[in-house]
Amino acid sequence: MLLRGGRVIDPSQRLDAVASLLLSGGRVAWCSASGDPMPAGPHDVVEAAGLVVTPGFVDLHCHLREPGYEHKETIATGTRAAAAGGFTTVCAMANTRPVMDERSVVELVLRIARERGAVRVLPIGAVTRGLEGKALAAMAEMADAGVVAFSDDGQPVWDAVLMRHAMEYGLMFGLPIIDHCQDPALTKGATMHEGSVSARLGVRGWPAVGEDIMVARNIELSRLTGARVHIAHLSTAGGVEMVRRAKAEGLPVTAEVTPHHLTLTHERVLGCGHGLAGLTQGEACGSPEPYDTLARVAPPLRTIGDIEALMAGLNDGTIDCIATDHAPHALEDKLCEFDQAANGISCFETAFGSLMSLVHRGAIDLPLLIGKLTLAPAEILLGSGKQERPAGRSPLAPDGLGTLAVGAPADVVLLDPGAEWTVDPDKFLSKGKNSPLKGVRLKGRVVATYAGGVRVHG
Amino acid sequence: MREKRILNGDDIRRALTRIAHEVLERNRGSDGMVVLGIRSRGVDLAERLGALIRHVESAGSRVEVGALDISLYRDDLSRRPLRPEVGATRLPGNLSGRTVLLVDDVLFTGRTVRAALDAITDFGRPRSIQLAVLVDRGHRELPIRADYVGKNLPTSLAEEVVVRLTETDGADEVVLLTPEKVAQ
Amino acid sequence: MTAIRPGSPPGPALATGGFRHHDVLDLDDFALDEIELVFHTADGMKDVLGRDIKKAPALRGKSVVTLFYEASTRTRMSFELAGKALSADVLNLTASASSVTKGESLVDTVKTIEAMGVDVIVIRHSSSGAPYLAARVVEPAVINAGDGWHAHPTQALLDMYTIRERFGSLDGLKIAIVGDILHSRVARSNVWGLAKVGAAVTLCGPPTLLPSQWGGVTDTNGHQDGLPPPRITFDLEDALDGADVVMALRLQQERQEGGLLPSLGEYIARYQITPERLGWAKPGALLMHPGPVNEGVELSSDVVRGVQSVIDRQVASGLAVRMALLYLIAGGPQ
Repeated sequence: MLLRGGRVIDPSQRLDAVASLLLSGGRVAWCSASGDPMPAGPHDVVEAAGLVVTPGFVDLHCHLREPGYEHKETIATGTRAAAAGGFTTVCAMANTRPVMDERSVVELVLRIARERGAVRVLPIGAVTRGLEGKALAAMAEMADAGVVAFSDDGQPVWDAVLMRHAMEYGLMFGLPIIDHCQDPALTKGATMHEGSVSARLGVRGWPAVGEDIMVARNIELSRLTGARVHIAHLSTAGGVEMVRRAKAEGLPVTAEVTPHHLTLTHERVLGCGHGLAGLTQGEACGSPEPYDTLARVAPPLRTIGDIEALMAGLNDGTIDCIATDHAPHALEDKLCEFDQAANGISCFETAFGSLMSLVHRGAIDLPLLIGKLTLAPAEILLGSGKQERPAGRSPLAPDGLGTLAVGAPADVVLLDPGAEWTVDPDKFLSKGKNSPLKGVRLKGRVVATYAGGVRVHG
Repeated sequence: MREKRILNGDDIRRALTRIAHEVLERNRGSDGMVVLGIRSRGVDLAERLGALIRHVESAGSRVEVGALDISLYRDDLSRRPLRPEVGATRLPGNLSGRTVLLVDDVLFTGRTVRAALDAITDFGRPRSIQLAVLVDRGHRELPIRADYVGKNLPTSLAEEVVVRLTETDGADEVVLLTPEKVAQ
Repeated sequence: MTAIRPGSPPGPALATGGFRHHDVLDLDDFALDEIELVFHTADGMKDVLGRDIKKAPALRGKSVVTLFYEASTRTRMSFELAGKALSADVLNLTASASSVTKGESLVDTVKTIEAMGVDVIVIRHSSSGAPYLAARVVEPAVINAGDGWHAHPTQALLDMYTIRERFGSLDGLKIAIVGDILHSRVARSNVWGLAKVGAAVTLCGPPTLLPSQWGGVTDTNGHQDGLPPPRITFDLEDALDGADVVMALRLQQERQEGGLLPSLGEYIARYQITPERLGWAKPGALLMHPGPVNEGVELSSDVVRGVQSVIDRQVASGLAVRMALLYLIAGGPQ
């Protein structure tokens, strides 16, 4: 299949040029930018003129909910939603039921993904058994089964001693430990960012320091143990600064940020139309009233100052990549009192569109943004980044992931950066309609997605 | 709307003076009488009637004046786009056993008077209740009639009767507003 | 001018834009003229309450349900009497918050109440914002009778009404609110309401019982995200100096267990309103408390029963104000 005449952006090759791309046998077979002659046809031609062609997006952080919470999402629906969002590789968190804390659950997820998944699913094993924070999960057997990282995401590994042991034990595999940074005491009962809005609404706030303390702890434990640490969904200015310093000191620390922490602020809890940083609300609206549970997410949406710091961190390399933290929920998980609502945002299908608002307002260049969605997360999975000294990798993460180099998997996305559309969660392929972006006008959409050369969206 | 003046200031004064005499004649004086105006213009008219009665009965009439707010007694609360404003009811004392002269500016459907009768019942049991109005424009929807009428004014339903009083409107007059279409 | 329109019974025209709320959830979106309309209407209700027959037929055929997820005797009774004084049918429903663990219960419950044709739902809930959820999912008018730490709009209105009764106007008055501001829905609603009527509010309490941030920023759409920033002081004498009104808040006993206070004794030593400390305020300043009072904690017993205390007036005002709100709100938006 020949993708002809698109603007090809591949940060792995520092490529940003109008070119044609040949996909054959599930791999990238040729790129016109190489100057080599095109292999003989015939080829099916897809006109890509006017579109941007990039490697399929790689998501280090999502929740596919299967097994155990199939009413919220399944691997089949979640991966189709991922494909619609341009993601061809997604890393599934361990907070399933049963928890992904031993080989059998990892294998179950991999088997379901093989049978019903639309895109590549890479499992993340739990750090502690049952996510209970008391004893280490079966890390070695899960590493053998192919997990790409370890994480108790949804909650922190609050016990510093256990975290130290997890890091030390994990040195055998060289896989990153991803931590959801949340100090349990400082955030007990917290439902949103602690600030002017929580003061007004009379809800228990989660102060930024409730995140920063754990970021600092994890960085220091990485210094102590030498283990790779990946900070999940960084949301505070303080956290960005700590990761920046850790990187300057050469520690093997990486970090991600979500699209919503870059485009929404804590004011969003006051109702739709509020708290949009660079986004535009259309006529449709989920709820104009305060206590919008759709804006509940952990860590919480923070301030415009935090967004500025996160953007600076993204631009200067402090924050390695963008991850969705796609967290689908059923209607009843959100249609309830604010303090009883589930945390999380269904993010796959709005990620690219909302991130493009950053490009349109000049906060980041398109090639850099694409790198944060492709090469950078792939390097963390492959352990090939500059700072990944004790790197190991899962056998399930293929060479060439996140690139369009010849021989790489034919994971490709066709994007229209100028296409305008309005978010309608009812049309999501994800079972999770829990998006705070309902009715928001976005500019930039995923036109088509190829996973292993197969068209999985568009 | 075409505006036609029905009563001027002098007409109103004469009508009220006549009513005052009729009231005194029928009740053989004003002992124990309470002149109770329905908010808002009925109250101004009640004040005037009270003063006229006292003036005529120069030998120390003890007639008293009060104000009645009937908004909580309306039968159309849920049908109106606006909740009628609730005002204060001001009574000169217990109404039981006394003669109440209820005063309003215009008698139309009779529903306001019906509400006023209900309200009065909640304040006591008067010996009798009489009704005085400045204008009776007809179109009754309830079996209610006035005992004293300043002016009987046949109207069509499309017309409006507007009472202006010096106390609130700067001048005394009663005008009839007729839509242009009907007027032609 | 009295315009008597065909088919429409006469009645005084409203000087204001009328009551524009479908629900009463908080005072943040109340306009000054609406607050004044509530007060004016409450004056009329006070009239009704002063009679031998304390009942008017205004809400005959309307039904009001009080749905309380938290215990409260006085607020519920006040709403019940208010509804009954206007001839509404009032039903009381108590839901034990402990038995309600799943969120859909509130939604299901209010939907059931709606299906029974109820006109007004008065809701008290321990979750901040719960009345907003109820108002979003059902058509009947919802009145917030206290939600979590968030708001208690009818309490704030009756507090303001009580102050207005004494001073005639609230504009320019100095109000000191003392105690556990952080967890107080009464304080939040009063901060909104008093700001709208032009009173100057000072909040006073130990730092652990004050929110860490007020005011906040105005976002790109022009919404201010926080509370109107009041004056804040930790010093009681500073707060009470020149105050026209001193409003003490109830101190929940569990606050010291949460590590917010070393002991009740330290609170009492610094923040209890005593006759001597009340002397720091203007002569004749009003002493208020939303009740129930922990005598000997927020207030000394002698100030509770002192001449400056209007705590009983607050209760009486509550009835008139709640009647006014039920009257203004029943029958849907205007």
